[in-house]
Amino acid sequence: MKFLDEYRDYSAVQRMAQAIRLGTTRPWTLMEVCGGQTHTIVKTGLQDLLPEAITLVHGPGCPVCVTPVEMIDRAVAIARRPEVILCSFGDMLRVPGSTQSLFDAKALGGDVRIVYSPLDALQLARSNPTREVVFFAVGFETTAPANAMAIWEAERQNVPNFSMLVSHVLVPPAMEAILSSQDCRVQAFLAAGHVCMVMGYEEYLPISQKYHVPIVVTGFEPLDLLEGVHMAVAQLESGRAEVENQYSRAVRRSGNRPAQKRIAEVFEVTRQAWRGIGEIPLSGLRLRGSYRSFDAEVRFPVDVDRAEESCECIAGLVLQGQRKPYDCPAFGTRCTPDTPLGAPMVSSEGACAAYFHFGRRKEDGDSIMSIATASL
Amino acid sequence: MAILSCPLPRPASNRILLAHGGGGRLTNHLIESVFLSAFSNSALEAQHDGAVFSANETRLAMTTDSYVVQPLVFPGGTIGDLAVNGTVNDLAMCGARPLALSAGFVLEEGLSLDTLRDIVASMAKAARVAKVPIVTGDTKVVDKGKGDGLFVNTAGVGLVMAPTLVGPESVCPGDAVLVSGDLGAHGIAILSVRNGLEFEGEVKSDTAPLWTAIEALFDAGVEVHCLRDLTRGGLSSALNEIASLARLRITVEEARIPVSGLVRGACELLGLDPLYVANEGRFVAFVPEGHADHALEVLRSQTVSASAVRVGMVHEDSCGMVTLQSRVGGHRVLDMLSGEQLPRIC
Amino acid sequence: MCLAVPGKIVTIVEESNLGLRRGKVDFCGIRKEVCLDYTPEARLGDYVLVHVGFALSTVDEQEAQRVFEALRQLDQLDELKEGAT
Repeated sequence: MKFLDEYRDYSAVQRMAQAIRLGTTRPWTLMEVCGGQTHTIVKTGLQDLLPEAITLVHGPGCPVCVTPVEMIDRAVAIARRPEVILCSFGDMLRVPGSTQSLFDAKALGGDVRIVYSPLDALQLARSNPTREVVFFAVGFETTAPANAMAIWEAERQNVPNFSMLVSHVLVPPAMEAILSSQDCRVQAFLAAGHVCMVMGYEEYLPISQKYHVPIVVTGFEPLDLLEGVHMAVAQLESGRAEVENQYSRAVRRSGNRPAQKRIAEVFEVTRQAWRGIGEIPLSGLRLRGSYRSFDAEVRFPVDVDRAEESCECIAGLVLQGQRKPYDCPAFGTRCTPDTPLGAPMVSSEGACAAYFHFGRRKEDGDSIMSIATASL
Repeated sequence: MAILSCPLPRPASNRILLAHGGGGRLTNHLIESVFLSAFSNSALEAQHDGAVFSANETRLAMTTDSYVVQPLVFPGGTIGDLAVNGTVNDLAMCGARPLALSAGFVLEEGLSLDTLRDIVASMAKAARVAKVPIVTGDTKVVDKGKGDGLFVNTAGVGLVMAPTLVGPESVCPGDAVLVSGDLGAHGIAILSVRNGLEFEGEVKSDTAPLWTAIEALFDAGVEVHCLRDLTRGGLSSALNEIASLARLRITVEEARIPVSGLVRGACELLGLDPLYVANEGRFVAFVPEGHADHALEVLRSQTVSASAVRVGMVHEDSCGMVTLQSRVGGHRVLDMLSGEQLPRIC
Repeated sequence: MCLAVPGKIVTIVEESNLGLRRGKVDFCGIRKEVCLDYTPEARLGDYVLVHVGFALSTVDEQEAQRVFEALRQLDQLDELKEGAT
């Protein structure tokens, strides 16, 4: 596939890895923010190609993982209503709320359907005028243009039986929250390439300056990630702290203006709770007043109990990159994808799930990957 | 900094979920905890695609499978094709030539007779191609709303032709892992017409009877240690089951695994991993290293396995896991699915 | 949520009445209908990055080559070094 396969080429990737090795003289800790990047790194075993001096930590880049429990409970309660068709991306279906996931709601008779696009949900609403179609809109800025368009179209075409349950999160405030934490060990960021494809990267300039951290806008293929690391390490080794764009084939400095315009028409910035981290000011989106009639939270008011805190899950520390999943005492034993204690184990993009599935475990002091590489 | 918080664990579900049918970890857990524990016997505990047992001096194989696919008709076939080929293939994976099939139907009130005729016609055709008669059957009708249109169960009896025991217990360190052709076509063909995930693109199900390819291996004197057809859960599930039962480690090389351009495009679009996508006309074979080249030659002479390739090998290691070397040279564990693989956008 | 996949625009349907600009995008033979409203500059034959049914960026083919050019230069530097020793 053009513009994918070239960035998965063995020789090119090995060559870039060599360039990183030659350019690294000291240990560095880099954070990649996006769940899609975590997924590629762990799935392709990219860490094997990096020198030991470079530590990649995974940030809160999984909107599924950070969706507040109350929001999932709300979605489940709405899905249980007989008149409702609850539409969602596949990612969200398995995430547990305080007692149930959307999958459970489906098992108990709720009409829960996977869609590829929010426009598919809108189409469902048009073809089912006697039902209420609710779309569970979870995501980063990457997905906001699509969700904004669905609402905009719903209003333009007058589709009264369509509404949206919104839980959108914004990346730059989360990066700042991590950087401002006392225990922050992150020295450089690989910024989420597709988020920047929409929003541009100008908002990272003040962050880079304030905290003196290199920020490299990075893509998702193995070659992209390695080049992003290469560029970040080059900055670190020379004491620079700038914003650079590795993913230049897709990202422009000012981003996608028409998309930003539509987002601003439909949504406004608000405070947002991040599951596992807590509340971060001005880090979420909600529907503007003029579109509030499409807000499923308003249309279907639901009493949701505040979820109780648990002591065992260290999701917050994992999401901030301060612990690896296998540092958690429950990892792989009491907490597995089948019996998750927290969100990062449930979503396929969550760091804990990725580490579990792709084998980065510590058993008897050795990563299971030492078994994989032993005979090669 | 804000308080770090995480909600209480979710209590384990006491209901059947769709994920229990996914072919991954949850399915296996259901089988072990509910069925195996109740029905225990040695044939069942071998947990192979079919059961092998003796009647006087003759070795027979028996298997059963139920088909619940939606939609009933999809590019490349119908539920009828799956019902015949699936059971024929389970017998083939025991090294058995299919002798006869039964077919049980559960029909939903309101199902169109034309639809039923089409499906039955496709079953008849598939049975002719596989050279197996459908000798007995049953029909029941359930109330509207209780049957998803149509469910089919087929059971099959076969004559074991394999000279040696074919199953996970026969797998040895050093064995070559061969795959009979490109992966993921069936699962993607189904998705291409399932509501909510439609796309254009001519991906046809790979449903096909596999006995002729297996028979060719035996006739050519290839020593076959284990066979498994790749169904729900894809290549990954089959390899994990075998590695776990054989208590050995299997390694595969991603670059060798065949996936067609169309299936690849669909998987990229939907965020699916082809190694977990369902097949209905593909199998994996474990043969000693010394027989691998000959086995590939024989397989490639048969239409159903014309694109057979070697994808990995078996190692001395009791961890019972499958590991993968990625295209770019890194390594990871190829884990069992825990439930269904869902399309993702992240 | 970040999965955006590159595909080639093979048809474009402009709808005048405030309607959505749509097109069919080809991913290795798989074709999906995609909203092109956010990439007004995109033309037939261009590659776009598609996320949940929306084209969000046109692929800059020149920039796409940049990393390979950089790798080639690294190789040339290596050759020079080897030549000098």
